Amino acid sequence: MNNRMIAVGLGVVVLAMLGLAFASKPLYDTFCRVTGFGGTTQIAEEAPAAIIDRALTVRFDANVMNAPVLFRPLQTSMQINLGEHGLAFYEVTNTSDHDVSLMASYNVTPHKAGLYFSKLECFCFEERIIQAGETKKLPIVYFIDPALDEERNMQDVRTITLSYTFYETDSFEGAANSAALN
Amino acid sequence: MPMDQVSVAHDDHAHDHKPGFFTRWFLSTNHKDIGTLYLVFALCAGIVGYTLSGLIRWELAQPGIGPLTGIMEMFGYQGDQAIEHAKHFYNVVITYHGLIMIFFMVMPALIGGFGNWFVPLMIGAPDMAFPRMNNISFWLTVAAFIMACISMLVPGTGQFLGFGGGWVLYPPLSSATGHPGPSMDLLILSLHTAGIASILGAINFIVTILNMRAPGMTIHKMPLFAWSVLVTAVLLLLALPVLAGALTMLLTDRNFGSQFFDPSGGGDPIMFQHLFWFFGHPEVYIMILPAFGIISHIVSTFSKKPIFGYLGMAYAMVSIGAIGFIVWAHHMYTVGMPSDMKAYFVAATMVIAVPTGIKIFSWIATMWGGSIDFEVPMVWAIGFIFLFTVGGVTGVVLANAGIDHALHDTYYVVAHFHYVLSLGAVFGLFAGWYYWFEKMFGVKYNKTIGYAHFWTMFVGSNLLFFPQHFLGLDGMPRRYIDYADGYATWHFWSSMGYAVTLVATAIFFVGMIEAAIRRRKAAANPWGEGATTLEWTLPSPPPFHQFNELPEVKPDSHH
Repeated sequence: MNNRMIAVGLGVVVLAMLGLAFASKPLYDTFCRVTGFGGTTQIAEEAPAAIIDRALTVRFDANVMNAPVLFRPLQTSMQINLGEHGLAFYEVTNTSDHDVSLMASYNVTPHKAGLYFSKLECFCFEERIIQAGETKKLPIVYFIDPALDEERNMQDVRTITLSYTFYETDSFEGAANSAALN
Repeated sequence: MPMDQVSVAHDDHAHDHKPGFFTRWFLSTNHKDIGTLYLVFALCAGIVGYTLSGLIRWELAQPGIGPLTGIMEMFGYQGDQAIEHAKHFYNVVITYHGLIMIFFMVMPALIGGFGNWFVPLMIGAPDMAFPRMNNISFWLTVAAFIMACISMLVPGTGQFLGFGGGWVLYPPLSSATGHPGPSMDLLILSLHTAGIASILGAINFIVTILNMRAPGMTIHKMPLFAWSVLVTAVLLLLALPVLAGALTMLLTDRNFGSQFFDPSGGGDPIMFQHLFWFFGHPEVYIMILPAFGIISHIVSTFSKKPIFGYLGMAYAMVSIGAIGFIVWAHHMYTVGMPSDMKAYFVAATMVIAVPTGIKIFSWIATMWGGSIDFEVPMVWAIGFIFLFTVGGVTGVVLANAGIDHALHDTYYVVAHFHYVLSLGAVFGLFAGWYYWFEKMFGVKYNKTIGYAHFWTMFVGSNLLFFPQHFLGLDGMPRRYIDYADGYATWHFWSSMGYAVTLVATAIFFVGMIEAAIRRRKAAANPWGEGATTLEWTLPSPPPFHQFNELPEVKPDSHH
């Protein structure tokens, strides 16, 4: 092969690696969803058939990042059997004089429990608009997969903490426009 | 153009006709001249990076925030203002020390400098495959360095100048949240440019090595330095585009509203760490593999024996390069990953000790029973083997996730990577410098000064970095401008070690100036029967164009 052909081939390798770097974004998201990596919770369509008589404690945590709202769980913890339906509530209050659009990020701790923590319904699945001064009750319907009982690595898990963080969407200012510059 | 054809024809006849100064050094397409340019550039960038490390050691010599505040007062800041600026400046100094030493000192010197100089000579090629692209690589590197230097002087965050988030550039420190100013954007542009330069250089090396070896030089007869540059070039080709991708995402996050690393938009800052270290771990092998190649030649030359286990040495480098791509998360054990995943990364990381051990033991086996000359390059090479082994052992310690949870981001880590890079790669650099100096420049250096340089550097850098193990085990975190009084003793001695290396550096320059003034004519092969590679068959310095008739490598000759 002549020099030029090898060089072009190597150039293709470079572009492929560059493409792979960008492909890592959807790959990483998929990986987290499928494996529960980083405590990513699962989404379920229907509840499991069996309920096992092993109770875990689920604790609830609420955080706000750069949004003018109060956000708190209405229960700090609850006992739940594996496979049993759980219903929990959070409450959010808009303390500002304008509507805010919120999006929640979430996970569970310990991270390894993410694969077994399934939500049937959650306020976190979509963007929420809270009007000025409004207070809203936000429900979650969830269960813990009974398969957890058979997993050797999960034998030490007694408590699972479910955590949410609310962000205000559309708040991007951009580096060049930031007020912090001067 | 007829004039061009005339001058080309003229070159063919008058073998050693060199172009004028501007054409020769600014429009250079000659691999030896570009190698020299890279070495001079790396020397300049090295002085900048070394000065920055001097500021670190000066500041840390005593508890409290002192010298850097003094510098800020010189620039007109008063009281608390001066202290706040000193704190940010310290972060800037450690960040740019790392980036400059990696991208603009070690890489240009080992790959651009010695690689350009000696890969074509060793494989019997007249030049690199793409001489003009070679020139582009060099000047892009210079442009990148200038941008990095400017980035230190423009606003980083608020009123503070420069980017102070560490060389790993993690968001949110490097995103619009942490450093909204233009400094980080310039730094991204600088690293993109340096990355393109390195990728072009890597393509050039791979094509040259695959296609331009002299008749009879099969890939399994190729000198180990050429092997090391080949493996390094492949690593560059696979790793740098990933860094470029991550930096581009960072750039669009900062300026165009994308949210790759921003959790409020469904992004994840941890993903940057994964991408960065997928590049970053091969990068540390990119810096050390060419030094491995150089050390192999020196050990073989001065033991007057062919290298022990040639094929094992070559494929050890290949496997170090390959395994280097599947161990990256050992840099981020503390981000919260499952135990099973940690177990994998611990095991994969420790596997690297096997090919590395093969190299260390093969060097020792080469020396075993040899008729050893302790010439200047040989003492540097033996120093390299010793110091690199120390750094390798602490690396195996840090590979264990359990221990790393305690030692992560402490001075133990700083000591570890300075033993493998600052003492490993840099000792490899000096070994190569003293090995090939006479070949490159055609004059002899003073051996006594060379030995003096080695011993002061050896004592100084060990005094500098060995106490940092103790500091780390005692819990001293890295990247801190100040510390509790209990750490003062070892910090003091560490800074004294820096002072000794200053003396060593002065001795180095004295030696170079002495060689430049005396101009003692060097022989074609100053090292005798042990020096068997092709560059020693040429005069010192080699002619402007070499191997117009390609050398023939006989089937029974060894490497």
